[in-house]
Amino acid sequence: MTLDAIISQYRDVEGGLIEALHAIDNEYRCIPESALSKLAEAFDVPVAKVYGVATFYAKFKVGERGSNLIRVCESAPCHNAGAALVLAAIESNLGIKAGETTADGRFTLELTECVGCCNESPTITINEVPYTKLTPEKVPELLSKFR
Amino acid sequence: MGFNKEKRIVLRHYGLVNPTSTEDYVNKGGYDALKKAKAMQPMDVVEEVKKSNIRGRGGAGFPTGLKWSFTAKITDADQKYVVCNADEGEPGTYKDRLVMEGVPHQLIEGMAIAGHAIGATKGYIYCRGEYPNSQKALRQAIADAKAKGILGDFDLEVRSGAFAYVCGEETALIESIEGHRGEPRYKPPYPGVAGLWGKPTIVNNVETYANIPAIIENGADWFAGIGAGNYPGTKVFTLSGDVVNKTFVEVPTDVTLREIIFDFGGGIVDGKRFKAVQVGGNSGGIIPEELLDTPIDFDAMSNIGMTLGTGAVFVMDETRDMVDVVKCMMKFFEHESCGKCTPCREGTFRLFKGMCKIANGEANANDLATMETLARVMNKTALCGLGQAAPTPFQTTVRYFAADYQKRL
Ligand SMILES: Cc1cc2nc3c(=O)[nH]c(=O)nc-3n(C[C@H](O)[C@H](O)[C@H](O)COP(=O)(O)O)c2cc1C
Ligand code: SF4
Ligand code: FES
Repeated sequence: MTLDAIISQYRDVEGGLIEALHAIDNEYRCIPESALSKLAEAFDVPVAKVYGVATFYAKFKVGERGSNLIRVCESAPCHNAGAALVLAAIESNLGIKAGETTADGRFTLELTECVGCCNESPTITINEVPYTKLTPEKVPELLSKFR
Repeated sequence: MGFNKEKRIVLRHYGLVNPTSTEDYVNKGGYDALKKAKAMQPMDVVEEVKKSNIRGRGGAGFPTGLKWSFTAKITDADQKYVVCNADEGEPGTYKDRLVMEGVPHQLIEGMAIAGHAIGATKGYIYCRGEYPNSQKALRQAIADAKAKGILGDFDLEVRSGAFAYVCGEETALIESIEGHRGEPRYKPPYPGVAGLWGKPTIVNNVETYANIPAIIENGADWFAGIGAGNYPGTKVFTLSGDVVNKTFVEVPTDVTLREIIFDFGGGIVDGKRFKAVQVGGNSGGIIPEELLDTPIDFDAMSNIGMTLGTGAVFVMDETRDMVDVVKCMMKFFEHESCGKCTPCREGTFRLFKGMCKIANGEANANDLATMETLARVMNKTALCGLGQAAPTPFQTTVRYFAADYQKRL
């Protein structure tokens, strides 16, 4: 769906700006820069307000993301269960650091806080699906499924 | 030794009903409480909830019936709202997810009863963005209940959070539903008087609403008689960390932490020794073994400077270094502070930097003292609970695990 088509669905929804951001994020996995002025116009608010809202929420990224989004939980239960080792294994496998996207645009790696799977820490999510009880050894095989 | 203290009210249908089937829930007596409530005067429903003495399960322990009564009393509002706080952001907590994915109709029923009680025809469930499955389960259950006419004129909608812990604070949550940055509001006015879009609004936790059908069904006296008198009923706990049984348990509120960790939880993995437990998520205190015999009810926990909070029980074994753990927690707050008020925006940043310094062996006793002063300033002056509670892990570990700090200074 085009940005305009998505945005027009939420124009008349109360509090629809965030709903529209969710819908754009679902489609594009990010908030393309070009969406900001369109949203501002649709909701009749300054672009700065749209930018302020979009950047407040960690789920949204104004700009681009790769086609697969990996989030590594670094909250305390996952931290104690070895999240840093899992993160290091992912970073070395992809050749990028947290916050970056691979050159081929296939993966973006981000840090996140608790995703509610703390009984099976350490947890990461790939495209919002949790993968739990990870070890550095399990990383290459898991990632190869997304290549 | 078996564990025989489990008692299920919130999760009484968990695993026993098909979450996607309204019929299944109805066949188990589901929505009978809603029918019963609708046959009662709204104020009588509020009174029943008041008499049950149930207190909120979202962290602050506010009496639910009292909260409802403020909003129910308002007669000149053209619209009121019932809002469910399903933001569940405290690390180590996954109790609300169990309700939303296992027994979504029970939450919906509790909210519909609340709608009748306070005179609201519209409700919102604000569910954290990290739980797409919960959102799906709720949306499906709501659509089906509506289609079957079960909800009458009560309209219910799910809104998704977007990875911001502070949006669990009720006024930040309201801001977020309205489509703004999730920055907490100044109070008063409280949401009960002027909440969502300025209208009278009750905000309750998932677990709180999930208790309501059973209270209406069995009566206030039944509920008030379970567990601790000042915080009756049950509480769902979620275990994580170095404990053998990393799972959930629902127990009456008069059990102790020791029973939860050792009898139910099976003790510490790999035969190691217990060192510490944090109760209530990142903003909860971290305590040593000596305090494990404290009953888990809200007031008993408050007496030892703890908050029962969300019911997250994060267990740490003897090998865990409190400086490392607290550093991780301070990073969380530094990241999640919304930045609206200075004590928290600057304070969470300074506490995190301070913990890094200590962890690197670069801090001295003066640095630690300065951090303790800063922590007290935050407790007293931060605008919302995030900044007020953020120093808690630091403060409690300095108090109970001083050796971990001393060896780095
Ligand atoms: C930073 C912060 C985060 C919070 N997160 C949650 C949450 O995730 N879920 C929740 O129910 N309450 C949360 N609360 C408490 C709510 O502000 C509010 O007290 C609660 O939703 C009231 O519901 P209850 O009375 O049923 O507990 C949070 C409070 C603060 C200050
Ligand atoms: S205490 Fe922190 S989270 Fe709360 S309003 Fe102030 S800056 Fe925002
Ligand atoms: S702490 Fe990582 S999933 Fe909860």
